[in-house]
Amino acid sequence: MKRRDFMQMTGMGMGALMLPSVPIFGNSVSSEYLLEPGIDVALKKRYADIALNATKSKGATYTDVRIGRYLQQFVFTREKQVQNIVNAESFGVGIRVIANGTWGFSATSDVTPEGIAKCAETAVAIAKANSKFQKDPVVLAPQKGVGEVSWKTPIKKNTFEIPTSEKIELLMNVNGKAMENGAGFVTSNIFSVNEQKYFASSDGSYIDQDIHRIWPTFTVTAIDKAAGKFKTRGALSSPMGMGYEYLDGLASEKIAGPNGTVGYRSSYDMVEDAILAAKQAKEKLTTKSVLPGKYDLVLDPNHLGLTIHESVGHPTELDRVLGYEANYAGTSFATLDKWESKKFNYGSKLVNIVADRLQPHTLGAVGFDDEGVPAKEWDIIKDGILVNYQAIRDQVKIIGGKESNGCCYADNWDSVQFQRMPNISLRPGTEKRSVLDMIKGVEKGIYIIGAGSYSIDQQRYNFQFGGQVFYEIKKGEIVGMLDDVAYQSNTQEFWNSCTQICDKDDYRTFGSFFDGKGQPSQISAVAHGSATTRFDGVNVINTGRKI
Amino acid sequence: MAVLSKEEAKQIIDKVLAFSKADETSANLDGSRTGNIRYARNSVSTSGETTNLSLSVTSVFGKKSGTATINEFDDKSLEKTVRRAEEIAKLAPENPEYVGMLGQQNYLDIKSFAASTDAINPDFRAEAAFKSIDPCSKKDLTAAGYWEDSTGFTAIGNTKGLFGYNAATSVDFSITVRTNDGLGSGYAVRDVNDVSKLDVALATEVAIQKAQASSKARALEPGKYTVILEPTAAVDLLRNMMGSMDGRNADEGRSFLGKKGGGTRLGEKLFDERVNIYSDPQNLEIPGSPFGGGGGRFGGGGGGGGSDGRAQEKVVWVENGVVKNMYYSRYWAEKKGVKAIPPPSGFIFAGGNESLAEMIKGTEKGILVTRLWYIRAVDPQTLLYTGLTRDGTFYIENGVIKYPVKNFRFNESPVIMLNNLEAAGKPMRQGGNLVPPLKIRDFTFTSLSDAV
Repeated sequence: MKRRDFMQMTGMGMGALMLPSVPIFGNSVSSEYLLEPGIDVALKKRYADIALNATKSKGATYTDVRIGRYLQQFVFTREKQVQNIVNAESFGVGIRVIANGTWGFSATSDVTPEGIAKCAETAVAIAKANSKFQKDPVVLAPQKGVGEVSWKTPIKKNTFEIPTSEKIELLMNVNGKAMENGAGFVTSNIFSVNEQKYFASSDGSYIDQDIHRIWPTFTVTAIDKAAGKFKTRGALSSPMGMGYEYLDGLASEKIAGPNGTVGYRSSYDMVEDAILAAKQAKEKLTTKSVLPGKYDLVLDPNHLGLTIHESVGHPTELDRVLGYEANYAGTSFATLDKWESKKFNYGSKLVNIVADRLQPHTLGAVGFDDEGVPAKEWDIIKDGILVNYQAIRDQVKIIGGKESNGCCYADNWDSVQFQRMPNISLRPGTEKRSVLDMIKGVEKGIYIIGAGSYSIDQQRYNFQFGGQVFYEIKKGEIVGMLDDVAYQSNTQEFWNSCTQICDKDDYRTFGSFFDGKGQPSQISAVAHGSATTRFDGVNVINTGRKI
Repeated sequence: MAVLSKEEAKQIIDKVLAFSKADETSANLDGSRTGNIRYARNSVSTSGETTNLSLSVTSVFGKKSGTATINEFDDKSLEKTVRRAEEIAKLAPENPEYVGMLGQQNYLDIKSFAASTDAINPDFRAEAAFKSIDPCSKKDLTAAGYWEDSTGFTAIGNTKGLFGYNAATSVDFSITVRTNDGLGSGYAVRDVNDVSKLDVALATEVAIQKAQASSKARALEPGKYTVILEPTAAVDLLRNMMGSMDGRNADEGRSFLGKKGGGTRLGEKLFDERVNIYSDPQNLEIPGSPFGGGGGRFGGGGGGGGSDGRAQEKVVWVENGVVKNMYYSRYWAEKKGVKAIPPPSGFIFAGGNESLAEMIKGTEKGILVTRLWYIRAVDPQTLLYTGLTRDGTFYIENGVIKYPVKNFRFNESPVIMLNNLEAAGKPMRQGGNLVPPLKIRDFTFTSLSDAV
């Protein structure tokens, strides 16, 4: 029973740049309904056992059961009005089995003993039917059962308990302040998600998790009608694994940057950012167009996160490396021989990329993944060398791995879980260095803040990134803003041009709330931490055109 | 039973509307069965089938509206859903842009349902996957593909007397074939309403040939080249442009159709005079939907809540290079005193009779592009997009394909591209649109990619 609508964001004035469409799961309900508790954990265990017994009796050699209640609240506004409020609930059970050495999956919204038993039988029947195409039987890396456990995102304020009127008030204030400061148009949104998911497997795990995520964001547009020009500036917030406390705007979580810019750690001041965004969008209307050429780039964490996502996150997904995504997302240049050589210079010696599902406040933080593997941390790139991938239980076994590193995720109970990206972050530098210190050392460069246009090939060699705000650096100083900037590079060349990384005091996370992958497409949420980082001699193009 | 007949659907909708106590109420009923099979490494990786029948009720008091959805259809559940929608509406903030619901419309009769597709079962899908995997494994190639078929309906109705029903079927198939040394890759994609018109083996053969022919590509310097964009490559840039023809954005000065000094570029010649783009929901090759303005998957173009019920008609968007129409929300059209044309569900780029092979024959020097990939907007002001070629890029000299070339990154605007039009061939269905292969001069490639 699948119901998934895609809300076209272009019609909402969000611009096609970042959000082509937003998936909405399940049924529209009232905001009060979202606060009602789901079924209790003892009942979930009883239901899970019904499925585990049913599949076993039909010949399954492995089974996992996910009983999930997925809640979404999305608030959309523009200027002085609310455009839409989405309150949605999706509840059901997904059962995955191995029978005849082949995966089978079935899902149902009929969460009753009869419904679950029937669904379990279907999953086994599908596995058996598909087994005639299976060349090698599926083998899972071992995972010891963890018994009955629970995990909850450590939130201070449950977003769903905050009255919708309070959220609207905040967004109206954001819009109003942006308009007062020069915006012609503004759209603002708060996306909130709560996954109440129960996982049980034939390994002996019964895991109850309550996961919260939030993303406040906006786009400000400044217009010069006489010149027929418009410029936008998007929010510098990050989607977080937090509650509504992310919007407290605590001074202690702000990092003052050059030219009045502000970096936000785990607390965001949306109104302050909207005011600055309006001023910057207006300034962009008359800003000088960049001269193409080689520049040293100083990349803010709110920008670099997306570059990490595309050029390190995706190519080190083991399913892509093995060819499972060849028809859609693509494969990877980070092939097994490069990893096996233990000599592949992905980046300069300064580059240490770590994968984790543990960092507090991040989108990727969980207790366990969707096949019952406990959250952990591991190195992907160590001192510039490719040392590992992101893997799940069956695929890690294909490359001779001993255990999964916990990267399995499904975006809903009716989606089959597969390999998704954990947090992938660049470790901060060990030497004390602020952004200003870094800029001081740059002769000819560009300081880029915020994520803009992004594109990369299907094996993740060649990429192009834009940004939100660009500052020209000359002889160690910022001399003004630039426009029409995009940089093009090759992943290995780019990461080998990394020459300086600011220290942990500048470390912040960026995130992707709706990262798409797979056929049929699923979303996932993932964070990327870094401190401001310098890359030398990167090719910058001018994107200005006349039509 | 997920696919209801018109009469069955109307019965449920009438019942729902009879429960209404609001100023206005609309109901949107969607039913479908969707099946898929996915394979990679010459083996099936996932497959499944889901059915759904879902009712969405929107109640309106003044300018406040609320929506509730449900999957149960007994009288009690239907009434409960109407009451819930009404409660949500009462608590909702007022929408100053709310426009009252439409009365009955004249919907076109559209043949978007095929019994052959409706009859697809898991064995049929498995057979399709086999037809695609088998020739690849026999030639020592690796196939990865995806098949998804749907059968379903959308019914809409409201308390102003509007009722509409449409049933539709669809199949989407795509296949990537790679050489086992990783040096060649080919691709083919097809979409149909009627599965009897889909030849999986033939599409796979195209991908096989491209994979084999693209192996060991040579590097050419990036720069401006004459290109032939196959329909699969051309469709994405054109679709992005068609998706940017919203009248409100143009009026507000934040669109490529906004004009210096205010106003829009409606009526201006923006493209080569051979550019003609229109939409026709009754076109037999790409049957569209009878109703637009956001509708269900089997009825309208868009999703994101019920259709506003506007009837889709034949619309000319670009004629002889001149922008003839833009689409509007009902609110903005009313404010501007123009016809509220909804966005189309698919578009037709009028071409000629020349085949792709003939176009290649007539090309002195150029690049043949199979497909574009990872296309993202760079500048919404000029509709500048970036992306890369993928799965088969070839150098043409004196009318023949000379050798495969490495993939390029492009930075190009469809507006500039359609001013540099050299020729348009015979249109082919692509993602619900009809698009010809396009020969374009001075297409801008900005860098090389090592990706295969």
